[in-house]
Amino acid sequence: MSLLNISSPHATRSGNTGNVMLTVLLALIPGIITLSYFFGPGHLIQVCIASATAVGCEALILHLRKKPIAFYLKDYSALLTAVLLAISLPPYAPYWVTMVATLFAIIIAKHLYGGLGQNPFNPAMVGFALVLVSFPVEMTTSWSAPFALLETGIGFGQAVQIIFSSRETIDAITMATPLDLYKNQVEIATASEIYQSPLFNGPNNEASIALGWQWVNLAFLLGGAFLLWKKIFTWHVPVSLLVSLSLLSIFIGWDSDSYVPISLHLFAGATMLGAFFIATDPVTASTTPLGKLIYGAGIGALIYIIRTWGSYPDAVAFAVLLMNFAAPLIDQYSQPRTYGHKKAVRGLAKKD
Amino acid sequence: MNMHHFKLYDFDGGIHPTQNKSQSTQLPINTAKIPSKLILPIAQHIGAPGNPIVKTGDSVLKGQIIARGEDFVSCNLHAPTSGIVGEIKAQEVPHQSGISDICIEIMTDGKDAWVDHQGLDNYLEADAAGLIDCIAQAGISGMGGAGFPTHVKASIPASKINTLIINAAECEPYITSDDLLMREYAMEIIKGIEILQRILLPEQCYIGIEDNKPQAIEALQKALKENLDDTHNIHVVVIPTKYPSGGEKQLIQILTGKEVPVAGIPADIGIVCQNVGTVHAIYQAVALGIPLISRITTITGDAVSSPQNYQVLLGTPVSDVLAQANAQQDKIKRLIMGGPMMGFTISSTDIPITKTSNCIIAASDQELPDPAMEQACIRCGMCTQACPAQLLPQQLYWFAKSSNLEQAQAHNISDCIECGACSYVCPSNIPLVQYYRFAKGEIKQAKNDKKSSEQAKLRFDTRNARLDREAAEKDAKRKARAEAAAKKQATKKAAPPASPTDAEATGAPTVDIDLLKQKVLAAQTRVDKAKERLAMAKEQNLETADALELGLNKQIDKLTAAQKSLEEANS
Repeated sequence: MSLLNISSPHATRSGNTGNVMLTVLLALIPGIITLSYFFGPGHLIQVCIASATAVGCEALILHLRKKPIAFYLKDYSALLTAVLLAISLPPYAPYWVTMVATLFAIIIAKHLYGGLGQNPFNPAMVGFALVLVSFPVEMTTSWSAPFALLETGIGFGQAVQIIFSSRETIDAITMATPLDLYKNQVEIATASEIYQSPLFNGPNNEASIALGWQWVNLAFLLGGAFLLWKKIFTWHVPVSLLVSLSLLSIFIGWDSDSYVPISLHLFAGATMLGAFFIATDPVTASTTPLGKLIYGAGIGALIYIIRTWGSYPDAVAFAVLLMNFAAPLIDQYSQPRTYGHKKAVRGLAKKD
Repeated sequence: MNMHHFKLYDFDGGIHPTQNKSQSTQLPINTAKIPSKLILPIAQHIGAPGNPIVKTGDSVLKGQIIARGEDFVSCNLHAPTSGIVGEIKAQEVPHQSGISDICIEIMTDGKDAWVDHQGLDNYLEADAAGLIDCIAQAGISGMGGAGFPTHVKASIPASKINTLIINAAECEPYITSDDLLMREYAMEIIKGIEILQRILLPEQCYIGIEDNKPQAIEALQKALKENLDDTHNIHVVVIPTKYPSGGEKQLIQILTGKEVPVAGIPADIGIVCQNVGTVHAIYQAVALGIPLISRITTITGDAVSSPQNYQVLLGTPVSDVLAQANAQQDKIKRLIMGGPMMGFTISSTDIPITKTSNCIIAASDQELPDPAMEQACIRCGMCTQACPAQLLPQQLYWFAKSSNLEQAQAHNISDCIECGACSYVCPSNIPLVQYYRFAKGEIKQAKNDKKSSEQAKLRFDTRNARLDREAAEKDAKRKARAEAAAKKQATKKAAPPASPTDAEATGAPTVDIDLLKQKVLAAQTRVDKAKERLAMAKEQNLETADALELGLNKQIDKLTAAQKSLEEANS
């Protein structure tokens, strides 16, 4: 009998990092289904392109770094980055845009910083930001209109064709996003005039917020709620993000004739995806309870500021990246009060 | 008095591991057989080890003192049964580091013959000092795990204490020794509490017990009702099952909402905490005169066919109790003393049961498999959610890993109670507590190093000061001598007046000769060294030999010159 000699604790909960990542991937499914239902198979194809690129890049870098490839691939972090990136990109962006973004996300934003857990910036958003500033045309003209507004939908074959070769037919299906449309028109038109566009209330003019997008956002909200219930992350970041975005929309943008209204801010862009799946990336977020509140609120505020006064159609990526910069500092100044202590330690350790 | 009206507080964090308690609660407490040999470490408690007062070959009776705790923080040790004292030597003792310490062996004679013993008459009217002395004589130390001498805790002035807390939470999985003790000895426990109340005069007493022990709760409440009238202030407080509610700091927080101040003790906020097993031992010592010679230990784990609680004599080798519980030796993969969260593995079954051994887990490979490979920390913060001390385990991990001790200390690593909740929940299977132990060790080492370097500096400075002082004294003496000589000379001069040039002529050469002698000596050494170097160079056939020979000749010339001038000066 040889007895194992090891120090406590001896009991551990089963599971590993891979389970966490798979749970998040599972929670993305309703959102991806909704996206495909309203906007065609574009996102599904992008998910495939990004996943293949990400896993390939990850394996290559692991090989170069002389790490066990299978062991690290099984944490599924590269796959999650790929899926998040793919559903953030316009569904009919050319394949090489997706590949460049993924390549950059995995190799530069993740592995050059030391791999999983070491990257200061959200890899998916780094990839997204890179292609957004590098290929603005492809990134703004590849959003499709909701299929309800098109005479014919897009079949799988046509989608593949648009993404991989010919972009001649794309003009027939693309349209500005509702958030973009509202922002561009609010300077010259009133709210009721803007809402004439079927992009908001659909071809049959039934009351809704933003055709298709509202359901997409609700689906991501549902997935986020599932993750909260599974205790994958805490409520702090998503709630403070949504609250700060809502408060600014109410106090600054209360006049929908001059500003984008709160309903569109919450349900027309990438808000819910950002709040529950991007901003909550634990590696790059703040880690203390108070810090998470500040971090989330900061992202919410930056989303509002960039959407309102910036020139980009959506703002989740830049808002998240900017707060990634601040996260380590926030952590230093938001430590909780330890048991038995009168007050919390704030700031850096003092040198003797 | 009524548990339903009691306001409870929660502590941050905590986990709900699989309890695994029911295996060992199916059967009542069994009495373990007297083994042929008992091994009794002289340090089964915190503080100074006991001093053996028996020698090999002595006959001892059950309950006879065999090692005396002579310091204030120390404990007596008694013979758990009658027999002959065997060897007194260093053996492996129950310790997380597997260290050895002095143990007294007793070859039992099977007669189990008692020494004269009796409890205090009318102990509930005895004065506190007498009761404390009785506890001290009985060698009782905390039986919940830490092993702090009970009489020391009981000696806290009663004026400082307003609350007595009896820790009956038993929050660790697998362990059921306190549960069974309460089920079967509730009356003795209540009487033990009365003794403590007599000593500490608290305004109230809470028995904190997790709600997963309904039979024990019922037994305690029944014993309270039957033994005391309605004026008593002992409350059985049922608390939610959550690990580590049985941690002293956490239990205090649950029951009172107060926190023990950092680097302080519960008495700083008017609280004394005692484990329920300790209270039972107090009753036995005070009322019956039975010292602490046995304890209840849970023998459990998948490799044990009949898990059960045993009343075990202290010093009984683990192998003996395992055999009685029908352990399958070949199935045991990990043998744990204590619980699966804070217990430690033992590498041999020869190790004895001591005053703090509340549980032995003989775990199979399926039950506690080898630790999974550590993955990267993804900063998910599940550890922060689980930490009962409101620390940031994940930050501490990074600091420990990079040996950033300054930051680790700034993040209060010393407040970590090593409960293991963070490691338990970590999805990346990082052995976090091990990292903290490493950092704590490094911090301790750095502090010790700093202390010893300060001491060394002090020693050095003191030595320098002493040398300076001695040199100054020497100097002063020389000056005094010189002055005396000068005076003598002056008187001499005054008597036979001589020319000052004469005085110079007689003084100067003496100085010169000394100087010249030194020069000769120095030149001689240089010549010797040059010869050595030359010899070495020749031996190794070095090209430098020629140059060295030239140098040697020069040195020899200098030496002869010096010798010449010395001779001249001498003549």
